[in-house]
Amino acid sequence: MSFDVPTDRRYLESHEYLTDDAPYRVGISSFAQDELGDVVFVELPDEGDTVTAGEEFGVIESIKAVSDLYAPVSGEVVAINEALFDTPELVNEDPYGDGWMLEIEPSDESERDDLLSADEYDDQIQ
Amino acid sequence: MSLRTPPLRETHADRGAKFTEFGGWDMPVEFDSISAEHEAVRESVGIFDVSHMGEIEVTGPDATTLLQRLTTNDVTALDPGEAQYSALVREDGVMLDDTVVYRLPDDRADELDATAYLFVPNAGNDGDTHDRWVDYRDEHDLDATVRNATEDWAMFAVQGPEAPALVDAVASVDTETFGRFDAGYTTVADTECWLARTGYTGEDGFELLCPWEAAETVWGAFDEAQPCGLGARDTLRIEEGFLLSGQDFHPEEEPRTPFEAGIGFAVDLDTEFVGRDALADATEPTETFVGLELLDRGVARHGYDVTDDDGHVIGTVTSGTKVPTLERAVGLGYLPTSHADPGTHVNVVVRGQEKRAQVVRPPFGDD
Repeated sequence: MSFDVPTDRRYLESHEYLTDDAPYRVGISSFAQDELGDVVFVELPDEGDTVTAGEEFGVIESIKAVSDLYAPVSGEVVAINEALFDTPELVNEDPYGDGWMLEIEPSDESERDDLLSADEYDDQIQ
Repeated sequence: MSLRTPPLRETHADRGAKFTEFGGWDMPVEFDSISAEHEAVRESVGIFDVSHMGEIEVTGPDATTLLQRLTTNDVTALDPGEAQYSALVREDGVMLDDTVVYRLPDDRADELDATAYLFVPNAGNDGDTHDRWVDYRDEHDLDATVRNATEDWAMFAVQGPEAPALVDAVASVDTETFGRFDAGYTTVADTECWLARTGYTGEDGFELLCPWEAAETVWGAFDEAQPCGLGARDTLRIEEGFLLSGQDFHPEEEPRTPFEAGIGFAVDLDTEFVGRDALADATEPTETFVGLELLDRGVARHGYDVTDDDGHVIGTVTSGTKVPTLERAVGLGYLPTSHADPGTHVNVVVRGQEKRAQVVRPPFGDD
């Protein structure tokens, strides 16, 4: 089975994505949502919180599993997707669109270069 | 140790199922989505491959005595073609497993020249259970044959409001003649199967045992049913407040008596069985199995602490999930009887944060 890996963003090995333009949007890949199954709960930081590249920023729970979410880059959380609190299934339905999680204003643009390209991520999930 | 595989492992994989290790077996956890599968069982019909369940056959002149001594319920109450829920306990009354005991019909028993039973231990417990039965038989010089038939029998559960109509269409049986916990032989796809009106989803339905080598044909006969994995089986049984062996009770990690676990109805203290005297002194436990409903956002999971209003830990969640059709996070676990009344406010500690919850008497979907 192959999964959609849009080329207009970068990825973490732990399956989070980061869009191309700041403030960056963060979510999880289509592969990740499929692995998790039905998402029932998403725990996110508050607006104004800071996150650090590679460290946990929240938790995603599906019916069967609990997983940590990792920040692709460091910076300030300038928006969170509050729709996920009432409709967490958006992560399954539209992971790259309405299922986004955070917007981050980066503190160090260069951290973005450490992330996987779409091709590299696609290789990882094959 | 390599995992045991059900006979339809490849069939399920080709269908796109995801797998998980359960009780030493490599079992399908999800075919389409746990939500869709859960809903199919509540609203129409689903089929589960539960071939990881054990099967132990007990036959011979002393088969009844042996079962009576090693299970908590009164096996002499069973007529041929009936099933009974029961528990297996240690000398100290702690539950080792729960099980369904089937008494096979007399014609089959005659063939075997004895009373014949078959019972179904949980996944991974078949070996220990078989050995326990053999040891007890030998120690007490009983005349019975005990056989671990786990890999002779595939087992499927057909569950949901439309299960009787589907079984009527597929099997050589009129389901109207089958009351709850009735069982008997039937033919499905030219294969003789053992069929019982039992299940573990809270819905009407049947469990079906067929020879391992005929599994593909028999499974295929039910192609109208939604294939379901262990994920949906878990959310369905949690919604009903049914115990999961090894998780809601475990002889070392969660030692519980049947009375604590809320299945005192499966204990007949008027019979003689191993653990009977310990259980006679334990009919009014200080802790009991309850349902929990979270009022705050969050999901209760196995191992999370339960606290009282003062923040004292008073119990643990043994099973928890967010039930797909309920839109609520619910759990099961043990609390002191002082905190076990429905409506009692407690907290579930989710990743270090106390989330408000209340005690509920399952099934959760019944309101």
